[in-house]
Amino acid sequence: MKEKKKSTGGLGNYFKRMKTATKVDYATYVGVILAFIVVTICQSQGLLNRSMTGMLVPICCYVCMAVSLNLTVGVLGELSLGHAGFMSVGVFSGIITSMSLQSTISSELLRLVIALVVGAIFAAIVGFIVGVPVLRLRGDYLAIVTLAFGEIIKDIINCLLVGYDEKGLHIALNIDGKKTIQSLGLSEDGFAIIKGAQGAAGNERIATFTAGFVLVMITLIVVLNLMRSRTGRAIMSIRDNRIAAESVGINVTKYKLIAFVTSAALAGAAGALFGLNYSSVTAAQFDFNTSILVLVYVVLGGLGNIWGSVVATVVLYVLPEALRGMDQLRMLVYAIVLILVMLATNNPVLQGFMDRIGEKFKRQPRKAAAQKGGASHE
Amino acid sequence: MKMKKFLAMLLAGAMCVGLMAGCADDDAGNSDPGNSDPGNSDPGVSQPAGEASGTFTIGVIGPLTGGAAIYGTNVLNAAQIAVDEINALGGPVQFNLIYADDVHDPETSVNAYNTLMDDGMQILVGTVTSGPALSVVPLAYEDRVFTVTPSASGDDVIEGNDNVFQVCFTDSNQGSRSAQYMDEHFDDVKVAIIYKNDDPYSQGIRDNFVAEAETRGIEIVSEGTFNDSTSTDFNNQLTAAQAAGANMIFLPIYYEPASIILTQANAMGYEPTFFGVDGMDGILTMPGFDTSLAEGVYLLTPFAADAEDEATQNFVSEYKSRHNDEIPNQFAADAYDAVYIVYEAIQAAGVTSDMSNEEICDALIAAMGDLSIVGLTSAGSEMTWDDNGAVSKDPTAVVIENGAYVTP
Repeated sequence: MKEKKKSTGGLGNYFKRMKTATKVDYATYVGVILAFIVVTICQSQGLLNRSMTGMLVPICCYVCMAVSLNLTVGVLGELSLGHAGFMSVGVFSGIITSMSLQSTISSELLRLVIALVVGAIFAAIVGFIVGVPVLRLRGDYLAIVTLAFGEIIKDIINCLLVGYDEKGLHIALNIDGKKTIQSLGLSEDGFAIIKGAQGAAGNERIATFTAGFVLVMITLIVVLNLMRSRTGRAIMSIRDNRIAAESVGINVTKYKLIAFVTSAALAGAAGALFGLNYSSVTAAQFDFNTSILVLVYVVLGGLGNIWGSVVATVVLYVLPEALRGMDQLRMLVYAIVLILVMLATNNPVLQGFMDRIGEKFKRQPRKAAAQKGGASHE
Repeated sequence: MKMKKFLAMLLAGAMCVGLMAGCADDDAGNSDPGNSDPGNSDPGVSQPAGEASGTFTIGVIGPLTGGAAIYGTNVLNAAQIAVDEINALGGPVQFNLIYADDVHDPETSVNAYNTLMDDGMQILVGTVTSGPALSVVPLAYEDRVFTVTPSASGDDVIEGNDNVFQVCFTDSNQGSRSAQYMDEHFDDVKVAIIYKNDDPYSQGIRDNFVAEAETRGIEIVSEGTFNDSTSTDFNNQLTAAQAAGANMIFLPIYYEPASIILTQANAMGYEPTFFGVDGMDGILTMPGFDTSLAEGVYLLTPFAADAEDEATQNFVSEYKSRHNDEIPNQFAADAYDAVYIVYEAIQAAGVTSDMSNEEICDALIAAMGDLSIVGLTSAGSEMTWDDNGAVSKDPTAVVIENGAYVTP
């Protein structure tokens, strides 16, 4: 416990901070649960319009994406630009699982859960394969390699042909572009699940908001507990000073891998949920832009700040839809809001102002300080 | 220093506001389709059964911004013209047009659909592109919203649902009709295909073209693929086609990459016949493209803006007068036809706007079976629909001569 960052100060102070962090964690859980309850009540009373209802599941997916990416970017301190690649792996492995179990398992919920688990496992495997060589790189190199990884996943799925009949799964890689779904040799009862570049169409939409909420909670519990654990402190020590961490005997590659693979697995589960919420998905949807979008949520919410990621995701996902009234200006306004928020959070004058308010509160009882502790964690 | 930063932010903000003001002015020229709540159903004016009446709310979903914006804006503008014309007739059936942007993205398209449903959409004219349609159509099927898509040509769009009808040919039709046309109009063709293998549209047409070419015994000597990130250089594909002795290049792709292919083939001194499909439409209006390179290009399109018939002339001149002399493409014509198809179906079915979506949908589906309409995109023939929702009409191919579409 004493190997915590040197900036922490005295033991008493450390104790205080610790409590603060725990409080913020619990506040995050409570906030998410409250939001879920409020939304569910509104939904049952018919207060939510369709546009809002339709966004609930994707919001849950993106919250998981942002929180899990925050583990890589904020906690581990490595810039990953391929997070959508893991999502994509989760999407398509989840869809294949759900579609091929259609005849054997009639319960939608069970199929959804299995699909999410399979999505997470496949993404974790891919995360491990990518992580082992990649995590030996640092900084910009890692960013570029993960960027390339995302593109590779997209290209592979663009070549992938998958079908299912009573004999089981038929899989072909359409590398030369000459194969079609007919070359899988499906029987009459068989159906195509993934048709290369045309993606997966005709999926069953079995994702529910409740499942999304549960996934968000699981993601939060996994990430927050990891952060506050011995492992998490080791991960953060790598972020803060790699050489110092190595000098006290921390196995850098191992801890990096733990964070990276966990992050990939959670993204895979989020992807599976996302894929099962739409009747058609294509690999091209999960490109570099999606990775950047999630990165924007993370950066705007604050690096290493988990509840910040949750709030930023919800706000930024709803914003473009809420701005529909502005018609053609909406993406412009969205971009301007992004720029202004980024400038405001990084403006020294505003920061000084916020700090002064923070100082004032710190002299007050601890409760007020607890609120501040999370917000300024960057 | 700090003051400077603040000032910079302020100035940036002011600039943005200025920008927005500019956009708003541009937009003011359009007639107002109104995103607000339409107040559509008018139960007070209920006509005797069998007589269609009321104000129907029609929703248009398409890419109004982003890379495919030209298709979405053409559809929206043309649909607005058709709606205004129908409303100007003063008949018992009136239309109220609402629309939402989907940025050619399936996820956004679902959000757009939900927004329009909140706004009281009763009939969907959309979506404009196939990818988003695959996500939106199942929702429309569940909600029983009658759907006519102007230009989402994917086969899967109409597969497995009874409420979706197409104005354009399906991809499979475009592929096989192209092969048919080549077989009937050219001798000894050796075809090379260059297509985009991460695009369902391009891949779909290519697959069906190859299948039809095989049955007809057309020789395919070379196939080249590209994708989004490699759509700027085609020298490899062209060299391969030339080496294989191709005298015809089939381009089931959109016009931007096609323009590069034409330019690079010209630079190579390679002069095969180029044959495109509806995605090639728009090549003559593409900014920065030397249209003389497009001379002699064949394309399968249902609509030529300089056709002599009166309906086309009226539509084109109206479109031009509303939108700075811009020439409408076939997406616009498809959308114009789509609105009239909805209008005719409503007349035939005798539905009133105070009926539920499900009643309207079922009645219109029943009416579509007997409907036959001559539109801008049917080359004088009558459009009819099969149970699946696929259109049957005469295909037309045009050849570009002196910078205009000419029927060969």
